[in-house]
Amino acid sequence: MRLEYTERQNKFRAEIREWLAANVPKQPLQSFDTEEGFRQHREWEHRLNGGHWSAVTWPEHLGGRGVDLIEWLIFEEEYWRAGAPLRVNQNGIFLLAPTLMEYGTEEQKKRFLPRMAAGDDIWAQGWSEPGAGSDMAAIRCKAIRDGDHYVINGQKTWSTRAVWADWLFGLFRSDPDSVRHHGLTFVLLPLNLPGITIRPIKQLNGLPGFAEIFFDNVRVPVENRMGEEGQGWNVAMATAGFERGLMLRSPGRFQQTAKALVDLYKAEEKNVDDCSLRDAVVKSWMDAEAYTLATYATAGRLRKGEHIGPEASTNKIFWSELDLSMHETAMRLLGPRAELMEGSPDGGNIGHWLEGFLFAQAGPIYAGSNEIQRNIIAERMLGLPR
Amino acid sequence: MDFAFKDEHIAFSDSIRKFLMVEAAPEWLREIWETETGRSRELRGKLAEQGLTALSVPEEFGGIGAGDLEWVLIHQELGYYAIPDSLIDTAYLATYLLNRLPAADASLKKTWLPKIADGSARIAVGHPVNPMVADAQNADLILMWHDDEVHALTKDQVKLSFNPSIDMSRRLYKVSWTPSDATRICPARLGKQLWDGVLDRAALAGAAQLVGLTQRMLDLGIDYSATRKQFGKPIGSFQAVKHHLADVAVKAEFAKPVLYRAAYATEREQARRGVYVSHAKLAAGEAAWLGARKSMQVHGAMGYTWETDLQMFMKRAWALDAAWGDRAFHKKRIADFILADGARLGPGETFA
Repeated sequence: MRLEYTERQNKFRAEIREWLAANVPKQPLQSFDTEEGFRQHREWEHRLNGGHWSAVTWPEHLGGRGVDLIEWLIFEEEYWRAGAPLRVNQNGIFLLAPTLMEYGTEEQKKRFLPRMAAGDDIWAQGWSEPGAGSDMAAIRCKAIRDGDHYVINGQKTWSTRAVWADWLFGLFRSDPDSVRHHGLTFVLLPLNLPGITIRPIKQLNGLPGFAEIFFDNVRVPVENRMGEEGQGWNVAMATAGFERGLMLRSPGRFQQTAKALVDLYKAEEKNVDDCSLRDAVVKSWMDAEAYTLATYATAGRLRKGEHIGPEASTNKIFWSELDLSMHETAMRLLGPRAELMEGSPDGGNIGHWLEGFLFAQAGPIYAGSNEIQRNIIAERMLGLPR
Repeated sequence: MDFAFKDEHIAFSDSIRKFLMVEAAPEWLREIWETETGRSRELRGKLAEQGLTALSVPEEFGGIGAGDLEWVLIHQELGYYAIPDSLIDTAYLATYLLNRLPAADASLKKTWLPKIADGSARIAVGHPVNPMVADAQNADLILMWHDDEVHALTKDQVKLSFNPSIDMSRRLYKVSWTPSDATRICPARLGKQLWDGVLDRAALAGAAQLVGLTQRMLDLGIDYSATRKQFGKPIGSFQAVKHHLADVAVKAEFAKPVLYRAAYATEREQARRGVYVSHAKLAAGEAAWLGARKSMQVHGAMGYTWETDLQMFMKRAWALDAAWGDRAFHKKRIADFILADGARLGPGETFA
């Protein structure tokens, strides 16, 4: 056991800290779920990529720095510590890229990854459909082979960032006679193709953070397929485990929230009559620490080549419930001011807690609802009967 | 950054697990529970044969000289098997104290450490955070706190009154005694540091046992839900039951790295030792209480009986949660740390 950073890791931390201090915008950007905010965030991705910081774990020739998972955690800690903008391209960089690295052809990697790192292509995801949510194998949206094209017909929904994104990745049914997870194919497609209609969906905060996508005879070249035809389910699942979970929600985010919550508690302490709030703040710090420790422990195992199994599902439950309880605590601390929207003239710069509270509501639902995660834990980790 | 234990530590704890699987089976625990002393000389002898009593004793006194990291794996096994013995008080806590006595007290070390190592002595430890002293009646020596001083007493110097615990393997006594120059073995100016070290190690050992107990109660719940049938199928196939047990697995999974960091900080005497130990104790206590509640729910009415083994592990978990600092005590230590001016918190400070 060695719970210390190496010299090299400390140097890496100092380097990213210095770059962020010089480059993070002084004024917070607008939400990337507005047109102007999306543009600002794309510009930020350009700038990150200029410093070779946009995808540090990727190999250098694809725009990364080839660093390992521990250094990636350090990067993320510094990123959140600096209050840098949210990653508008996280669907691409954190969700699609690991799959592309494993299943993409060399040609596909060269074609997609550098543009993704630069923010030239911002990616949306196309998994869910009206009839396929938690039950993703119920996908019906078709991609039927016609010569050297797939012809796509049907609907996707809850596509995050799809309103202004450039590209979409998702699963489509390529064998119309297939059922469940057979006969699915993983396809990448630009969102400006003829026959695509995007209908924005307003989220709780009033902004169109996701969209419905309708496909009407949309023709996609066969070279946009990832993996083999009919093998889409395996392609999607192979990297759906720990690495993607880890990349989706690194601990830095929650450590930063826990710290802000401690500061908020100290600022409000004299007004706090509810003695359970101190408890909740203590618990927030403990759980953010626990999540960090567990992530480092797992990253250490992965780095040694060990395999992470269904226990990865415990992560999703832990961070989503942690995020929710931290924001609930903040709302309780703010009391009657908690409802005030960001920008309320007399609110006192607290609107980010409300925004975070709204976003935290979605955590136990997206990326595999927590009920699905509990089933996975019970059946695959604890061995309970199906 | 590496949370892996040394291969030889893992091998040793594996061998202890196999030993306890045979020697501490639930039917044996029940038998020992029923005895008057609540202790088995035979079991203690076997624990000594395995080297467990000698673990903390320095080599020069016939021991092994192991550290807190090696112990933390053993504590988990002792918890998993709910061992009915105060081994930890003697072999971990009292040995820690005796080891660090001022040089002038070499005779105490010479007298007691070899006896601890060979398993022939039991030593009880009394600290004001606990209202009772565990195993005082069986002890050959009782080490007591008094205003940060350490006092060493034999049974003729104390009056004991037995207070039965719901966990029948805990034998708790109120100890009445009078401190004197003759009983004092360490002054307060040194004793303060020693008692802090004892308290953190005792809480760490408690946390590790609670993690082991959580796993045991989870395992019992899994076994029961896979075999018990209702509506024509195993109850473990019902989602409501699955989710009870999944919740326990989540808590257990996230208590472990917290426990290991606390052990690491303790072995290295890091400045944040106390905070990290308190965190471990709270996380483990919460996991174990949830484990007890959910496993009992899964067991249905069987879980409420004396006959079902689950009760022995639940009772140990309920008791250990507040031993060596209850939740309020440990939460306060964390609150004092995170709410202090200039506290270093947030991303990048976890391993500072």
